[in-house]
Amino acid sequence: MSKRIVKVYPRFERVWHWTQMALIFVLLFTGLGMNGVHSLLPFGPAVIFHTIAAMLLLVLWIFATFWLFTTGTWKQFIPRIEGMIQVARFYALGVFKGEKHPYRKVYWRKHNPLQAATYFVVKWMIFPAVWVSGLFYLTYNLWEDSAIAATLLVVMANVHLLAAYVVAAFVVAHVYLLTIGRGFRHHVKPMVTGYEEVDLTPEQEAYLEANEPERLKPRNA
Amino acid sequence: MKRFASVLLAVFVASATAAWADTTAGTPHAPPPHPTVPNTTTADHSEFKVLQQKFTSGPQVTEACMTCHTEADNQIMHAVHFTWDYESSSGQQLGKSNVINSFCGNVAGNEARCTSCHAGYGWDDMSVTPAEAGVQPDCLVCHDRTGQYTKTSTGAGHPPLDPVKPGAKTITGALAWPVDLAEAAQSVGMPGRDNCGNCHFYGGGGDNVKHGDLSSVLYEPTEDVDVHMAADGLNFTCSTCHVQDQHEWAGSRYDVTMTEPEAAMAPGADRQTASCESCHSETPHPLEVTQGPLFVRNMKLNNHTDKVACQTCHIPEFARGGVATKTFWDWSTAGQMNAEGKPFGEDDFIQSDGKALHTYLSTKGNFDYGEDVVPHYAWFNGHIEYTLGDETIDPTQVVEVNRLNGAPGDGVSKIWPFKRMEGRQGYDTQLNRLTYSHVWGPTTDTAFWTNFDWGKAIEAGMKAAGAEYSGEYGFVDTYMYWPITHMVAPAEQAMDCAECHAEDGRLADLAGIYLPGSNPNGMAGLLGKLIVILALVGVLGHGLLRLVGRKSKEG
Repeated sequence: MSKRIVKVYPRFERVWHWTQMALIFVLLFTGLGMNGVHSLLPFGPAVIFHTIAAMLLLVLWIFATFWLFTTGTWKQFIPRIEGMIQVARFYALGVFKGEKHPYRKVYWRKHNPLQAATYFVVKWMIFPAVWVSGLFYLTYNLWEDSAIAATLLVVMANVHLLAAYVVAAFVVAHVYLLTIGRGFRHHVKPMVTGYEEVDLTPEQEAYLEANEPERLKPRNA
Repeated sequence: MKRFASVLLAVFVASATAAWADTTAGTPHAPPPHPTVPNTTTADHSEFKVLQQKFTSGPQVTEACMTCHTEADNQIMHAVHFTWDYESSSGQQLGKSNVINSFCGNVAGNEARCTSCHAGYGWDDMSVTPAEAGVQPDCLVCHDRTGQYTKTSTGAGHPPLDPVKPGAKTITGALAWPVDLAEAAQSVGMPGRDNCGNCHFYGGGGDNVKHGDLSSVLYEPTEDVDVHMAADGLNFTCSTCHVQDQHEWAGSRYDVTMTEPEAAMAPGADRQTASCESCHSETPHPLEVTQGPLFVRNMKLNNHTDKVACQTCHIPEFARGGVATKTFWDWSTAGQMNAEGKPFGEDDFIQSDGKALHTYLSTKGNFDYGEDVVPHYAWFNGHIEYTLGDETIDPTQVVEVNRLNGAPGDGVSKIWPFKRMEGRQGYDTQLNRLTYSHVWGPTTDTAFWTNFDWGKAIEAGMKAAGAEYSGEYGFVDTYMYWPITHMVAPAEQAMDCAECHAEDGRLADLAGIYLPGSNPNGMAGLLGKLIVILALVGVLGHGLLRLVGRKSKEG
């Protein structure tokens, strides 16, 4: 095993991440405004920005889904039980004693088991709850003649709101977890530059040097 | 050239009027003419010999009109302006001759005063139809274009003629002047706002008293008050929207047309309805991609038209432009006398133009008014039923003098703005029915306004209406609803979203609607906030423990 600086987040993934962050921020801000939580923005403009941001995010997600499946990156997001107990134990106990994070990032597995499980839930349950309910909400006039329209609208609106709050809670935890271990800047930097120090087996290192040299930074650079 | 000619004519008439006024100082005279309406006629009525005569009565003019307009009298005599009778779609017999309202109450028993605005001459008995009574239609009230034609306030539809009785008033409350019938007859044209307004702006006995969205401001409104009728803008007349066919007009307060099957027609186009959608369609907010973000806004606004009437957003307040509307009328306090035993009045409402309005009159009781009034909102399918004189009421509740039909989710009803008139008026305490009252009648010993005796006034009113009466009366609180549809504001002054999409917004009391933004602390909202708070508390606690752990390690 050797530590090498490897490009773990290709450009698309970084653009996806930060665009998604900006859009989710806009959506949360405008959405909570429309919901009456704050009044920093008039209702009308809030609706306009919310709708446009939602459409952009959906387009982004369509691209991201395409990217995930064509590059095989989707495998990164499949949760595994293995190692999860250790990671959970670390966050619950070890971290207070100054222990090292039990998970060693490897280039083909950039998420720790708990992280992968969280992303799996977010991507497969929370985000779909948001966009499915949001599309129902937005297209109300297309199904308003349905016999259950009144009930369905209330259900969809509440699902949308609740899921949005869960996303907000996710953002809180997500940002906080960046402060654990080697610190906020250390964790954010790879998502900006794309490069991060990871453990490579000699085989992986040899493979990357031979086939994807642009993903490896020179050893002493 | 045409415009120049009409301006010249207006200047001439105005200066002539002024000159005439100077020489007859002290005599009431006609107001200056209102703006002309577009005229495409091919006939100059002043050229007609039959109109060049010295008319001595209104009906004589009508006879002259009929020498050419052979069908006009027959048409108008079957129209609601003349019959004051309307069979509603639910089978109720409505119309002015039948209904009870919360203003002056009823026509029966008060005829010559109320029928001063009848489109005919001399209908003074509600127990017979005007046709049966041989009443001649009044062409001039709608077609005079001199502006000097009017009717006396108590003359059953007749105009004030020379010599005018001193102190006599016109239907708009001005001191009456002698009408020149020949001049009026020779001026005829299509009705202007003044023709309609001289009656409809003064319903209920004064300027804007009744409707709230129809006041003298609409003679020459600014764009702020009415974007369609603005004298220096589109300059619509009433009949640009209220199109007519054979003297039957589109638009009814009893059966309001909610939608237009053949929408998006030109103003004045041949159609049967006077709805906003008639011209603006069901998707009135334009969808053009070049608008950018406004495309999204307009799409969302168009999504509202299934449930929200155009009027709801585009008439954010009524009684705009400086004339207040009566919002409350308590008849039960009428009849009090001052220390000298004489009827008196109080004028404690100051209108925005400084004019003081009656807040108490011995003849009529207590009033209140409003300007720029926020409407009452209700689901409405266009149909209104009345609590007619033979219907049983529940006097322990506020009685609805008229009832708005409609419900959310019926596929037809929309949220519509109304003036909700609050009243207190007479009812039969034994039979539990609204009562008719005889208020006007200067020569009778039963009229309330001359004798101040409710017992006699109600008994006489019930008799005049042919209604059964126990002889016992009391007063009951009432609501009466007036659909708001005029005084459409310019688009940029339409109601802001947050007027409704907010906690305690305008529609807070309206059931059957899910309104985003009106309940941030519903179940999902509270649960969501709890989740976020737990996350925050969690990370703060976690962070704190890490800090403590680090400290103890260092220590």
